[in-house]
Amino acid sequence: MSNAAIALRDISFTWPGQHTPTLALEHFDVQAREQVFVSGPSGSGKSTLLALIGGINTAQSGSVAILGQPLDTLAAAKRDRFRVDHIGFIFQQFNLIPYLSILDNVLLPCRFSAYRRERALAQGADLLAAAHALLRSLDLAPALWTRAVTQLSIGQQQRVAAARALIGRPEIVVADEPTSALDSDRQQGFLDLIQHECEQTGASLVFVSHDQRLAQRFDRRIALNEINRCAHAEENA
Amino acid sequence: MSFLFPLAAKSAWNRRYTLGLMLLAIALSSAMLLGIERVRHEVRDGFTQSVSGTDLVVGARTSPVQLMLYAIFRIGGATNNMGWDSALKLAKNPAVAWTIPLSLGDSHRGFPVLATNFDYFRHFHYGDGQALQMAEGREFADVFETVIGAEVAQRLHYRVGDHIVLSHGMGSMHLTDHADKPFVITGILARTGTPVDRTVHIGLDAMEAIHLDWEGGAPMPGLTIKAAQVKKFNLTPKTITAVLVGLKNRAAVFGVQRDIGDDSSEPLMAVLPGVALDELWQVVGVGENALLVVSGMVVIVGLAGLVSAILASLGERRRELAVLRSVGARPFDIFLLLALEGLAVMLAGVILGVILLTLALLALGPFLSAQFGVTLHPALPAAGELTLLLWTILAGFVASLLPGLRAYRLSLADGLTPRL
Repeated sequence: MSNAAIALRDISFTWPGQHTPTLALEHFDVQAREQVFVSGPSGSGKSTLLALIGGINTAQSGSVAILGQPLDTLAAAKRDRFRVDHIGFIFQQFNLIPYLSILDNVLLPCRFSAYRRERALAQGADLLAAAHALLRSLDLAPALWTRAVTQLSIGQQQRVAAARALIGRPEIVVADEPTSALDSDRQQGFLDLIQHECEQTGASLVFVSHDQRLAQRFDRRIALNEINRCAHAEENA
Repeated sequence: MSFLFPLAAKSAWNRRYTLGLMLLAIALSSAMLLGIERVRHEVRDGFTQSVSGTDLVVGARTSPVQLMLYAIFRIGGATNNMGWDSALKLAKNPAVAWTIPLSLGDSHRGFPVLATNFDYFRHFHYGDGQALQMAEGREFADVFETVIGAEVAQRLHYRVGDHIVLSHGMGSMHLTDHADKPFVITGILARTGTPVDRTVHIGLDAMEAIHLDWEGGAPMPGLTIKAAQVKKFNLTPKTITAVLVGLKNRAAVFGVQRDIGDDSSEPLMAVLPGVALDELWQVVGVGENALLVVSGMVVIVGLAGLVSAILASLGERRRELAVLRSVGARPFDIFLLLALEGLAVMLAGVILGVILLTLALLALGPFLSAQFGVTLHPALPAAGELTLLLWTILAGFVASLLPGLRAYRLSLADGLTPRL
């Protein structure tokens, strides 16, 4: 248990204003350095699971521990801090802040988290060097770095988002359907990059997708609608 | 978190066109608020400065406000006149530096006719002690000569050299004209922004002359005295309406006032113009607050626009706020981000408004002064105006908490995946 990056036990979560729980799980573990594929059709409680892992919400019952730290005992502001310190998020699309430059987008976690900043500085001479190295290894040429984020292709935007999730080497990377806006060739390429980077930094990867073609490439596959006892009920609702 | 300031600034710059329009709206409404406040003060000052340098206004006994109304504003008529002897006696009082005799009663096409003498042009002051100035021509010197105020000239399109006919009495209906004794305009006064602009000035002797063949307010039947013959008669007035008095030493004003009131030869009254004008302003000044209320509403409308623009932008920004949440922004940071934006736009808008007003006054000041007699000086906001602006900014701050609170609630409800 102590080496589990994510450990959820006997979780039951009900959104405010609803009568039935959206998520009810007995057991959900992700080990350190493990790469897990989570498949979940809509209504399987996917968003809820991510909100609990991120400490945005806390479950009414059960326990959520990230890197051995129980989140339910932390105050909301501490959870916000804990999230940016240890977890990098990549979303489906519109990941980037349109009014920030590419480098500012990548460095956002270092602005909010001293922990991520120090770990990023350990990677390179300074923060910019760390960001440059990540962008390069994610196949983004220096010529692109000065562009406005809105001038990048979707695939390029997703790679910038990956760089933001990875900078400062967080212990956990959570990717929420990051490839659904990409065509299939680029999906494979993106997955290659992110899996490789997570191996390099030693991060656990929670990769959420409904695309089973990507599932083969993971150590472990979890079908959320099978382990969530409320999934079926919500689909009917 | 200090990182929020550049973030808020960059976010605002990203939406600079919408926010720029809001900034302009706030600037215009605060410029209007401030402008109306300035005009309000200026009108009030203009009103209380319709006469300056005059220490006492003397007339037959009536109410002080009544005396001011006809002696200074030429509104209404005197119920009683005062004797010319008393005016002469007053002029000889050792404490008195100068006197201006005033005689009212006639009119010209709705404008009051004021009979006075040359001392009027020499001693009458208004505003901050400005003297009357001729815009064109010269003072009256002969009996049937007249000097008109700037507004009379402008409204009736009169020039120096034109001939005009005076009517007996005030008002505009059914007046008998002094048609047999026309006047020639010898001068037009420069605009003062005071009742002087609306006045037709003639000599006291002229007032006597046009009424030589009148008795009890009507022409005497069978008697006509031609204009050329009037100089054969004694044109010294027997009564006048009021006298403006300047003292050698202002400190003597209460003593002289008491002397005049106590004089047993004729029941007279002397009032201090400043005091009476303030009293009069209480009556006519009620409209000024209405102006302020209207401009306050303009500011509220501007604020409502600002708040709704920021609220409307929130819908598009939910994704952005969720990304910020994912990298560690607290809901309170999100609140600050939005509230800061509103406050900054409000502050910048008010400052821009002050600049706009100053530029407008620099550009339009001379025109306003010439056209309406309202002199507005471009100046930094005075203490009262500053308070008004601070209240405006405070209102803006409170208003910008609204989008902040909305963003706070949204980011709590949305978490990392906005349900759009």
